[in-house]
Amino acid sequence: MAGLDARDTRFLLIVVALTLFTPILLQPFPESSSLAQFNAGYPDLMQRFAIFGIFAIGFNILFGLTGYLSFGHAAFLGVGSYATVWMFKLLSYNVLPGLILAVITSGLFALLIGYISLRRSGIYFSILTLAFAQMSFNLAYSVLTPITNGETGLQVYTDDPQYLLAEGGLTTTHIFGLAMNKSLVAPVGGWEFTFNVGYYFCAVIAIAAFYLSLRIFRSPFGMMLRAVKSNQQRMSYTGLNTRPYTLAAFVISGMYAGLAGGLMASMDPLAGAERMQWTASGEVVLMTILGGAGTLMGPVLGAGFIKYFENIFSKINDNVLHGWFAFLPDGLEDLLVTIVHPFVGKGWHLTLGLLFMLVVIFLPGGLVEVGQRLRRLFTRRGGTPDAADPRHAPKSAPHVAE
Amino acid sequence: MVKSLKTRRDVLKSGALAGAGLATPVIFTGSSASAFTNEPTGATVTLGFNVPQTGPYADEGADELRAYELAVEHLNGGGDGGMISTFSSKTLDGTGILGKKVEYVTGDTQTKTDAARASARSMIEKDGAIMITGGSSSGPAIAVQALCQEAGVIFMAGLTHSNDTTGKDKKANGFRHFFNGYMSGAALAPVLAARYGADRVAYHLTADYTWGWTQEESIAAATEALGWSTIDKVRTPLASTDFSSYIAPVLNSGADVLILNHYGGNMVNSLTNAVEFGLREKEVNGRAFEIVVPLYSRLMAAGAGENVKGILGSTNWHWSLQDQGSKAFVQSFGTKYGFPPSQAAHTVYCQTLLYADAVNRAGSFNPCAVVEALEGFEFDGLGNGPTLYRAEDHQCFKDVLVVQGKENPENAFDLLEVVEITPVEQVTYDPEHPMFAGGALGECNPGA
Repeated sequence: MAGLDARDTRFLLIVVALTLFTPILLQPFPESSSLAQFNAGYPDLMQRFAIFGIFAIGFNILFGLTGYLSFGHAAFLGVGSYATVWMFKLLSYNVLPGLILAVITSGLFALLIGYISLRRSGIYFSILTLAFAQMSFNLAYSVLTPITNGETGLQVYTDDPQYLLAEGGLTTTHIFGLAMNKSLVAPVGGWEFTFNVGYYFCAVIAIAAFYLSLRIFRSPFGMMLRAVKSNQQRMSYTGLNTRPYTLAAFVISGMYAGLAGGLMASMDPLAGAERMQWTASGEVVLMTILGGAGTLMGPVLGAGFIKYFENIFSKINDNVLHGWFAFLPDGLEDLLVTIVHPFVGKGWHLTLGLLFMLVVIFLPGGLVEVGQRLRRLFTRRGGTPDAADPRHAPKSAPHVAE
Repeated sequence: MVKSLKTRRDVLKSGALAGAGLATPVIFTGSSASAFTNEPTGATVTLGFNVPQTGPYADEGADELRAYELAVEHLNGGGDGGMISTFSSKTLDGTGILGKKVEYVTGDTQTKTDAARASARSMIEKDGAIMITGGSSSGPAIAVQALCQEAGVIFMAGLTHSNDTTGKDKKANGFRHFFNGYMSGAALAPVLAARYGADRVAYHLTADYTWGWTQEESIAAATEALGWSTIDKVRTPLASTDFSSYIAPVLNSGADVLILNHYGGNMVNSLTNAVEFGLREKEVNGRAFEIVVPLYSRLMAAGAGENVKGILGSTNWHWSLQDQGSKAFVQSFGTKYGFPPSQAAHTVYCQTLLYADAVNRAGSFNPCAVVEALEGFEFDGLGNGPTLYRAEDHQCFKDVLVVQGKENPENAFDLLEVVEITPVEQVTYDPEHPMFAGGALGECNPGA
């Protein structure tokens, strides 16, 4: 189907199904149960899953295929957000012009940064991209305040021109009249499922982005990028100029990031400078490595994993903990709360860090390796995981600096 | 002839599918039609406490959280009732809000606008919070206020001191009890002029975001009106932790007063740097060099230690006040946590009580009813004397305290002394004052 072989078609269909049923899958616990705390099926988080999924898929096209580790991808995310909010301010709350401009500006921005940074490879490339991203962050944070509104964040005000906004038009973000914040809440038994327009909008775009990345992975272009990763020098010796390929990968990946940034602003019309900070760039690297660099599904899993921790674990406070352990005797309860306390609430970074270490040490292929190991365990086909599924498995690539 | 493949099993399967298909619309129409966002239907009501637990304002956030927990305890009838007994409105009786037990969820704003909004959205969408409160920084507070306006819930601002919160970014669903930059300037400038002379030259170091900008503007305007001049205004990033490179140029700038428009961890670091550079021993034009911190708090004074002695600033409330409300609050906070509350704790405690009382008086959780109940509301007994929630901009008007770092503190909490209580008339301004103009409250939004 659509230029894919049977296997990839099946893979894509599974992804589509998972995406469409996310509102149900992420709501496994009934509302009244004490585990409802762990439900993640609310619009904001689901939107984040889809958006950061796109971001990570795009990052993976660069990092997973060419091995070039960009430490400044958040800059493109930020550029996309600012472009979209400006479209809201100038035209109307329809997200389409904003998203198009976000992809174009971030693409141009990536072309500029990529053209300069790709003159170097390995660690020097990473540092160059990091420098550019920090530069963009500082520009957005203080120097370009008239354009970015600095630390306060760019917002839409009622006195903005909004030339295309009709009298009495929608004042929330929408796509041709369909408001993003519209939700259908369906209580089924003890469960409550929220089907949100914004989420499905992001989901459809995420599926398209995933399909595009699948095609790139399978294309001759993708093959060239892999060749760059495995041995760039040998490619140069055979007379191939690798720069156009890496630059194209960099720009495509920058456009993905811009699209993700635009979607972020479309779900919540505000662009803050901190989404360009180096921590945000580091986050997407973590997502990709945690999920499995170079695999198709890995980055999406990694993105979901990190966002889940950020939003669910950070909300567990001592009060909730006391609720959980209330059945224990007082002394024991307090002891357990004291032990668990540093790992939840504001300590969610700590838990995430520990898990990240565990994954990197015991599952070097990332979270997707769990699936592969399980499959190997049950099918007993033997051989290496690569033999079972050669194309979806991470390959042991030489370090980017080599 | 085509052989029919329909077995009994297939028929059953398609029947089940069709049944599910037919049932779907019925399930979907089952969603309850409520009058406003997150209308509480059970025996409890959920409030969302969105405070910085990490970042430069984490200390203030932690203290706010303590005060919120105390307020919830008091609303539910626990503890000694705190300021409920001194509050001039008597609708709170320890049975929660409108008879519903108060529950709460907490979130971390990380002192970042993005994170604050994400956290607030999850409270509204996931936890069903009917009111969001908190913020220890104006950037996030303004961003969350706008979000609450869109979502149709009430926002009770915590510690936010920017003019914009109830100025150009004011929203119908948002309310602020805390004072603002203009009030600080109006209260502080006369004291500064009286103490340090009317012809001083000021140098501003300003946290680079909405609060810093508006406070800098307010203080500069207020001091210049009394004869001071401003030699330079330098913006510093909020995330800075070392201010040495900003302090060094002050030494030879010709200024004889340094105004630190910094708060929380920023102020602790910048003041410490300034003292390390010997600014306090310095003499310029034959007069002692002075440092001013327009927005002061006990937590910052504690962080900066010895360095705050003698330094002037303004504050919303201080635990050493001797009115009934303050005494009751300090008493119950101290009993629970073992130390006196900060101004951040005080303002969020008041906000929670004010919200609960407004709902009780309105007889409904509907945001529009609450807005109506709070607009133009006059109250007393919450530690600041008679206070008005002005209808035009949802800002509280009350006396402002001018404080000074104490020279000989008697204990670890006795760090500030009240120099003057500036009467409310002196800090009141017109809603259309140029520093506040440009915004509009708009219509209250009940959502749904």
